[in-house]
Amino acid sequence: MLIKKRTFLTGAATALGMTALASGAAFAQDDKTKVGFIYVGPINDGGWSQHHHESALKMIEEIGADKVEMVYQENVPEGPDSERAMTQMALNGADIIFSTSFGYMDPTLNVATKFPDVKFEHATGYKTAPNMSAYSARFYEGRAVQGTIAGSMTKSNTIGYIASVPIPEVVRGINSSYIHAKKVNPDVEFKIIWLYTWMDPAKEADAARTLIEQGADVILQHTDSTAPLAAAQAAGDVIGFGQAGDMAEYAPSPRVSSIIDNWAPYYTARVQAVMDGTWETHSVWEGINTGMVGIGEISDVVPEDVKAAALEMKDAISAGEYHPFTGPLNKQDGTPWLAEGEVADDGTLAGMSFYVEGLEGDIPQ
Amino acid sequence: MDLGAINPLLLAASLMVAATAVMIAAVGELVVEKAGVLNLGVEGMMITGAICGFAAAATTGSPMIGFAAAAGGGALLALLFALLTQVALANQVASGLALTLFGLGMSSLIGQSYVGVKPPPTPDLDIPLLSDIPVLGPVLFSHDLMVYFGLALVAAVWAFLKYTRGGLILKAVGENHAAAHALGYKVVRIRVLAILFGGACAGLGGAYISLIRVPQWTEGMTGGAGWIALALVVFASWKPWRVLLGAYLFGGVTVLQLNLQAAGLAIPAEYLSMSPYLITILVLVIMSADRSAAPASLGRTFHASQ
Repeated sequence: MLIKKRTFLTGAATALGMTALASGAAFAQDDKTKVGFIYVGPINDGGWSQHHHESALKMIEEIGADKVEMVYQENVPEGPDSERAMTQMALNGADIIFSTSFGYMDPTLNVATKFPDVKFEHATGYKTAPNMSAYSARFYEGRAVQGTIAGSMTKSNTIGYIASVPIPEVVRGINSSYIHAKKVNPDVEFKIIWLYTWMDPAKEADAARTLIEQGADVILQHTDSTAPLAAAQAAGDVIGFGQAGDMAEYAPSPRVSSIIDNWAPYYTARVQAVMDGTWETHSVWEGINTGMVGIGEISDVVPEDVKAAALEMKDAISAGEYHPFTGPLNKQDGTPWLAEGEVADDGTLAGMSFYVEGLEGDIPQ
Repeated sequence: MDLGAINPLLLAASLMVAATAVMIAAVGELVVEKAGVLNLGVEGMMITGAICGFAAAATTGSPMIGFAAAAGGGALLALLFALLTQVALANQVASGLALTLFGLGMSSLIGQSYVGVKPPPTPDLDIPLLSDIPVLGPVLFSHDLMVYFGLALVAAVWAFLKYTRGGLILKAVGENHAAAHALGYKVVRIRVLAILFGGACAGLGGAYISLIRVPQWTEGMTGGAGWIALALVVFASWKPWRVLLGAYLFGGVTVLQLNLQAAGLAIPAEYLSMSPYLITILVLVIMSADRSAAPASLGRTFHASQ
């Protein structure tokens, strides 16, 4: 009876397969590499999640839709829920899963332990396992370029910073922008608001308006929506930057430049490695030099000399001649951190939980 | 710390903006609950209003048509709730929750093609003469139309409930639907109208977020404002002016905590970000100590055969 049933099922599956093949649809599912993506926001947020998704689509284009199959889930909350989403993907036969937000780190590790045959790639974290890699971009390099523009462009010497979640990535961004704004404008002052969210347009808009009311004429954001740019536009003489995406719809002003995430080459290489059987765990951190961090076109609102200085810094970072965290630098409380000419090591940067000297306020713990 | 950077006048002006969406939605829900119906779908109706208003405004270029469409969209979704609970006699709590989930899903479906679109700007209503008054003028009299509409709506609902025959009938239906029915009032009809009004208000509140406060369309952009509106109605003891107070308090502390953070106040940011919820609840709980109870028939299903 059992055999009969199985035979029948196999027969039915074959028949279905024949029909599918006959109708031109690709049926060879088992040959395809199944790639899963977990996104923290919607795929059309105009920022972080959208750029992961677009990079994923580029990866498919690159490798070929006949060779890879993509599954993805949007709006997955960080924490236990993401563990469920990843488990489900693994159970459904995913060969490699990319989890694309910092808060997925521990859930990814948990699921990776349970599915040793599935490869996991976690974005912006630092934990790895034999089947789990960490990859991240050196966004602080882009923020050094932004800081240079921001410090030169501010007339009120007050720069507003909308900070998202208090993790090293965000703290690094604040420090990097501040150091470089200060370098070109010693009178510059930062006002920082923490929102505890990556994406909440209403909160972001309120925060931007508050910073503008308190005198900021440049807004830096580490949140994903375009709401701060809309607030800057409404205020008139305030500038801002695109975050994660180019946000070109606000160019040439208030958006004067942007940091763009480009994950496509990495995704293509890693999925290809799974297909070739050469995938190995690693922890990489790429920057402007490999194109993972892109600088959106600097608009004409920025004076020529400022633009030139910003591009010069971008090129120097890309060529490896300049590191955004180069001494002399002190920590906020005045204790020495980097001596003259000394460059911060990646370990310290990855776990950065302190402000540099000159910044006011405390980092929420 | 630089508290001098906080301008109290600008703070007052932005609290009015931060409070308006919640206030309009809450006063609509107040009318629904006064009629004895508990509609937990405010969040769903708000987000539906947000996308309907955004889509209409972006397509026609007129914010006014946008707001009209938002009210229509919210009311349409509320009609679904009315059919479920008043005709099919479904459970109100479950239907309301389902309405929220449905609204969130449908709004993101409609919104697919409106991501990254910029809505037409809604002009500020600089009231002549009044907005020229020094100090008070810019704070009170140079907002967009919806800020004043919200205030007028609270006043109108208060006057309706307190002074009109229609208001008395609505309250009677909410307090004791069997008695109201025995007196010959059309309980179901009155409740359906109240539900539609609540839906229209929620829709307007949602459109205020997507067209004025943010302004852009993002999935789930109401971010729980509907739930805050629901809570405000309860903590305001079903009294319109307390809804206004609660909304301004909530909006005020929300804006104030951002200002304090930016000014570098030495209170940890975590405490500041939860302060709007805590302080609003605390004040309204203290104020509701006079035990003004909820409408007696709230949440109970009515059928004429009973």
